[in-house]
Amino acid sequence: MSLAAIFLSAVLVNNFVLYYFLGICPFLGVSSKIDSALGIGMATTFVMTMTVFVTWPLYYYIISPETGFNLPFLEYVVFILVIASLVQFVEMFIRKFFSHLYKALGIYLPLITTNCAILGMALFMVLREYSYIESMVFGFSAGVGFTMVITIMAGIREDMKYAPIPKIFKGAPVTLITAGLLALAFMGFSGILSP
Amino acid sequence: MLKEFIKGLWKDNPVLRQLLGMCPTLAVTTTALNGMAMGLATTFVVVSAGIVVSLSRKLIPKQVRIPVFTVIIATFVTVVDMVLKAYFPQLSSALGPYVPLIVVNCLILGRQEAFTSKNPIHLAISDTFGMGLGFTFILIVLGSVRELIGAGTWFGTVIFPTGPAGFKPLVIMVLPAGAFITLGLIAALYNLINLKVKGEV
Repeated sequence: MSLAAIFLSAVLVNNFVLYYFLGICPFLGVSSKIDSALGIGMATTFVMTMTVFVTWPLYYYIISPETGFNLPFLEYVVFILVIASLVQFVEMFIRKFFSHLYKALGIYLPLITTNCAILGMALFMVLREYSYIESMVFGFSAGVGFTMVITIMAGIREDMKYAPIPKIFKGAPVTLITAGLLALAFMGFSGILSP
Repeated sequence: MLKEFIKGLWKDNPVLRQLLGMCPTLAVTTTALNGMAMGLATTFVVVSAGIVVSLSRKLIPKQVRIPVFTVIIATFVTVVDMVLKAYFPQLSSALGPYVPLIVVNCLILGRQEAFTSKNPIHLAISDTFGMGLGFTFILIVLGSVRELIGAGTWFGTVIFPTGPAGFKPLVIMVLPAGAFITLGLIAALYNLINLKVKGEV
């Protein structure tokens, strides 16, 4: 698969949120303001790219049955620990060296650990046997796709505040149905890539 | 003890009330069977992790509790993954990467943080078991609706025979968009019932 195809696939066609249902929690929880949606999206993209950077060598040189020490039962434990410590590290690094960025992203950073999109991305990377470069592009574009959808959703929800919504549909139901319509719209992109 | 068990089933239902564990809820419920399998796997993990966390709650330092909980959960998920691969290979490949993703199901971590790390073991078991069953219940409902309308079957049995003159499955129901919309309608029904009980509608 070419790098451009991986990018388009992860951003538009098989979008992480709308196709794989990964990262739904921040998608439903945080996406009510465009600013905060953009912030969490950028932080997630950064952590995703960093996760690939670390987990790919870890998997292929240590865990993998073929090229490593055959420790597949450690895969999930190692991945989640890498993500958790990476988030912690990124948080400390940004706080120390980019204090204005930290003020913008600060509170969203710790939440990223429990974003299933990141662990999901690491698992897909292994399942699809991407090379190191392909994995980096995949991680970055998964983050871009996540940022795009969560920002679109935040825009819709900002407008929806003033819509007359029936009482029983207030809150979760109308958000879920909006997400469904968005997923329906994104199905239109499926023609970009031939199967 | 019974109170802790019951609250997960309806009043504090993890999916409809707390919006936790949405990823597996939406992703695997293309059929009722997949939904049930995911629900039971999650129940096993949340109860086992709950027992361990509750027993070791006085040993875990507060500062590192989240990583410790996560490692405990990841261990039980690995167990579930291996058992599924060994004894139910078909189910395991149908659920795919969503089995390992149970690790980041916020429902499980949420229960450890909010309940089992502060309560003795018998309460921890009844709370997590109730939450697990409440989760499984919604997954089966969602899976049933999507499978019935999307394929005309229920747990693999043909309910509406398809054919030239028969039932035409609505394919959108098994696609991602159908999952969002169906769960949205189920959540609206949940609100409606709750408001009816309170007499506000």
